[in-house]
Amino acid sequence: MIPYQFNYKRATSVAEAEEMLRDSPEGKLLAGGQTLIAAMKMRLANPSDLIDISGIKDLNYIRVGPDAIAIGAATTHFEVATSREVAGAISALAHLASIIGDPAVRHKGTLGGSVANNDPAADYPAAVLALNATITTNKRSIAADDFFTGMFSTALEDSEILTEVSFPIPQKSSYKKFQNPASRYAMAGAFVAKLKDGSIRVAITGAGPCVFRVPEMEAALAKNFTAEAVAQIAVDASGLNSDIHGSAEYRANLVTVMAKRAVAEAA
Amino acid sequence: MTVVSLTVNGNPVQVETEDRTLLVYFLREQLRLTGTHIGCDTSQCGACVVHVDGKAVKSCSMFAVQAQGAQVTTIEGLAKDGKLHPVQEAFRDNHGLQCGFCTPGMIMTAVDMIRRKGAMDRDTIRHELEGNICRCTGYVNIVSAIEDASRRMTESAEKAA
Repeated sequence: MIPYQFNYKRATSVAEAEEMLRDSPEGKLLAGGQTLIAAMKMRLANPSDLIDISGIKDLNYIRVGPDAIAIGAATTHFEVATSREVAGAISALAHLASIIGDPAVRHKGTLGGSVANNDPAADYPAAVLALNATITTNKRSIAADDFFTGMFSTALEDSEILTEVSFPIPQKSSYKKFQNPASRYAMAGAFVAKLKDGSIRVAITGAGPCVFRVPEMEAALAKNFTAEAVAQIAVDASGLNSDIHGSAEYRANLVTVMAKRAVAEAA
Repeated sequence: MTVVSLTVNGNPVQVETEDRTLLVYFLREQLRLTGTHIGCDTSQCGACVVHVDGKAVKSCSMFAVQAQGAQVTTIEGLAKDGKLHPVQEAFRDNHGLQCGFCTPGMIMTAVDMIRRKGAMDRDTIRHELEGNICRCTGYVNIVSAIEDASRRMTESAEKAA
């Protein structure tokens, strides 16, 4: 499969990438390319220019502080999955990164790419939303609750470049996903977190068109942080994804099952 | 068009290619290194796995221009001085193939996982093989071959140390 023609440009700094992006209105940023290149091969995406930001050193880091882990956008899934510091501070985040795709995909795919692309079945958006992470761009900071706006869409503007995601270190958290056995994408994934301020957040990926929270589960867990507390809470199946891999009703059931498992592990 | 300069199997290469040329087509059609296979072309089967700067990647899911300046190793680069790589030997000894189409990707993935993990149990090997599909379903002997190779290579590294 051959993509349409495009011009490849390699940026060495965020400022240079920003300039290149401004000069090519139909251009796109390329990081790991593990989703974008597949879409280009299917000719579902047709950027005029690809601006490669994967080599920007300033976007590749993991900094663990007392209250948060800040990760540069071009950090690969492999780097997050194998970081002892990440595993020590938020083991659920390292685990999440370790079950994205397969080893070769994890060597290329990046945190920033996953979050900016906001695939309905991507794993990282669940962690970003459940941990109440802050997304930093070349222009501003965006709260997780304001970032994911719909299927494949985010609050990012045209020439905006995601540079970092900062994940608050929670009291406890866990991520459980029921994965499609072929693609390893989440059929339904639940990230459950109890933050340091005591607030509970439950984020679901894979089940709907966009990652979403489940306020009923959060309220129940605030009173009683056990798997039983969420066992009887079902999300509405209308509006959930329905495809050859599973119906909306099946996914709605998976949401409860994954949430139960995540709480059981975190509790 | 861009002139891509990189090192492939230890040899410097400088070739002009379209920006949209995927690394796997660059290797197969421009460099005539046809050991790297195209199975699915959708990033699922792993027949196209090569090493870029020492790490396993799917060469159908990266452009050749992205490998500018990189060290690329393909299946043709594993054997040294007419002697098979230990993973290749283990695949032969354990009959780790049926039709052989997926074998280059399996071996490149195996070399990468042994580098990272050393000696492994069968469960770990199966987990690490998630990105490689054998359409003949010959996984039992593939897993045996990797288990054998990982043990042999770890032992010989210990002896050398």
